[in-house]
Amino acid sequence: MIWNEKIETMPEAEMKKTQLESLVKLTETLYERVPFYRRKFDELGIKPADIQDICDIEKLPFTTKDELREIYPYGLLAVDESEIVEVHQSSGTTGTPVVDAYTRKDIDIWSECMARCLVMAGAGSGDVIQNAYGYGLFTGGIGVHYGARAIGANIIPISGGNTARQLKVMHDFGATFLTCTPSYSLYIAEYAHENGISMKDMKVRAGCFGAEPWTEEMRKEMELQLHLDAFDIYGLTEIIGPGVANECECKDGLHVNEDLFYPEIIDSETGKPLPDGEKGELVFTTLTKEGTPILRYRTRDITYLSRGKCSCGRTSVKMHRLMGRTDDMLIIRGVNVFPTQIEEILVQMEETQPHYQIIVDRGKKHLDEVEVWVEVKDQFFSDETRQMESLRARIRGEMKSRLGINAVIKLVEPKSIERSTGKAKRVIDKRNL
Amino acid sequence: MALRQISVFLENKTGRLADVSGIVGDGGINLRAISIADTADFGILRMIVDKPDETLMLLEKNGFTARENKVLGVEVDDSPGGLAKVMKTFDENGVNIEYLYSSLEHGQGKAVVIFKVEDVDHGIKILEKYKMNRVSGF
Repeated sequence: MIWNEKIETMPEAEMKKTQLESLVKLTETLYERVPFYRRKFDELGIKPADIQDICDIEKLPFTTKDELREIYPYGLLAVDESEIVEVHQSSGTTGTPVVDAYTRKDIDIWSECMARCLVMAGAGSGDVIQNAYGYGLFTGGIGVHYGARAIGANIIPISGGNTARQLKVMHDFGATFLTCTPSYSLYIAEYAHENGISMKDMKVRAGCFGAEPWTEEMRKEMELQLHLDAFDIYGLTEIIGPGVANECECKDGLHVNEDLFYPEIIDSETGKPLPDGEKGELVFTTLTKEGTPILRYRTRDITYLSRGKCSCGRTSVKMHRLMGRTDDMLIIRGVNVFPTQIEEILVQMEETQPHYQIIVDRGKKHLDEVEVWVEVKDQFFSDETRQMESLRARIRGEMKSRLGINAVIKLVEPKSIERSTGKAKRVIDKRNL
Repeated sequence: MALRQISVFLENKTGRLADVSGIVGDGGINLRAISIADTADFGILRMIVDKPDETLMLLEKNGFTARENKVLGVEVDDSPGGLAKVMKTFDENGVNIEYLYSSLEHGQGKAVVIFKVEDVDHGIKILEKYKMNRVSGF
C-alpha cells in the first residue's frame, strides 16, 4: 500500500518542479520574516530571486545545531507566535535544547509524512498500533500518534517504559503494530522470555523502529525474537520529528518524503554537494514548514542517497540506513550524549582533569551499555573500599541525573588507558553501527 | 607514634598482585603485614613494610597509585579472648574501627594486629591510658 500515490510515485522531473516551487516560496519567506536567515543571505550576497532551479539550493547557506542554540528559543520563527499550536524540543539533555514550533499546517504535514511512513511499513486502518515512544516534549510519541490517527488506526498511546504493562496491553488489546526504539523492542522480547510470555502468542506483525541508529544484525534479532517485520524510521526534531523517511517492504534504504524535506549529501569538510551514491553528511531543508522552517540543516548523520524506481512502486529518493556521524555524538538508548559532557562531569568532581575512556557496547540484552573507565589518581584514592565505592556511586549518580544515562563506572589503574600523542580516543564504540 | 601503612590501588587483573610483590621484593623491602580488600573490579592492597619511603618511591616509579596512612599496631595476647579484650576497650572508649588485619610479626605469646581507626590520635591516647603495647615500627 502507498498512502499518497500521487506524491510517492511522482516522476523525478515533476518532483523537482514541485520542490523548486516550494523552495522559492521558502526562501522568500525566510528573507522577509527571519532576520537570522536574512543576514545569512546578505552575507553571501544571495537574493530569493536567484533561485531558478532546484540545484540552486547549493548557493544557499547551511544551518548548524550550534546556530540553533544561539537563537533559542524562537530565532527560526517565521510566523506570528499566535499561529503556533504546539512546541517540541530535542531529546538533548544538557546545553540549550533545539526547538520545533508547529502551526496547524505543520501538524498536518507531520500527520501526512508519518502516515506515509506507517503505511510504508505495512500499517493500515485495521491496525492496533502500540505506540511505545515517549509522549511529551520528545517528538517520537506524538509524531507517531498523529500519523496513526491520520491512517485511522486504533492507537494505544502507552508511551515508553513499564514493560510488564506493555506486554499485558499488547496481549489484551491485540496490538498488531509496534513503534518504539529498536533497543527497547529487544528489551520487551527479553522481558517476555524471562517471564514465560511467548511473543508468538502476540498479534504484533510489524513495527517502525528508530530514534537511534541500528544494524542489520539487530533487525534479524528483532524479527526472530518478536516475530514481526522490523522497519527503520528516520526523523529529527530540527526537521519535524519522526516521519522524515522510512523503509518500505524492500528493507534496503529509507524513502525520504522529499516533497517536504529536501535531502542533500555534502562533504562535511568542504561543504560541497556530493553525487548520489557517495557517502557524506546528510543535509535537510524543510520545503513547506511554516512555524520554524529550516534551510540546509546539517544533521551530522552520515549516509548516501540513491534514486530510481523502487520495486515497491515508489519513486522517492532513498537514503541508506545511517552509517555514522561526523561528530562524536553518541546515541545511548535514544539519548544524545557528547563525550565532552561526560568529561565535564568528571572534571567538576575532581580538581584536575582525569583520564577517562567511554566504552559503548550492546550487551546480551541488545541494549546500549556504557562503561566509563576512570583512572584512579592519588588525590582520590583511599585505602577504604567504601570511600572508593561512594566515589563510584557519585559519578554514576551525576551521569544519571545530568545526562540521563545509566553508566557503569569502572575504576582503573593509572596509565591503563591508552595515551595518544594526537587527539585522544575517548570513545570506543563496539556497537558496529 | 602510629604505624605507616602503604595502600595500593589494584585493578582486578591477573598478575597485578605478583607485580607489586615483585617490585617490593626486588627492592629489598620486607613485608611485615599485608591484607587486601576486594570489590568486583578493583582491590586495595594494604601493607606494613620495613622501609615505607623506599616502598612509596618504588611503587610510584612503577606507575601505581599508592598512598600512606596512619594505622595502629597493637600487641594482642596470642590466646583465646586476646583480641576481644582490645576490642572491648576500643568499644567502651569510642575508638571506631574502619578495618583490621593481622601482621606477620609474632613475638613471645603475642600477636600484632593492625587497626585502621577513625581517629588515630584518640586511639593512641586510649592505648596509652590502658597501657596496651603498641608497635611503632618494624
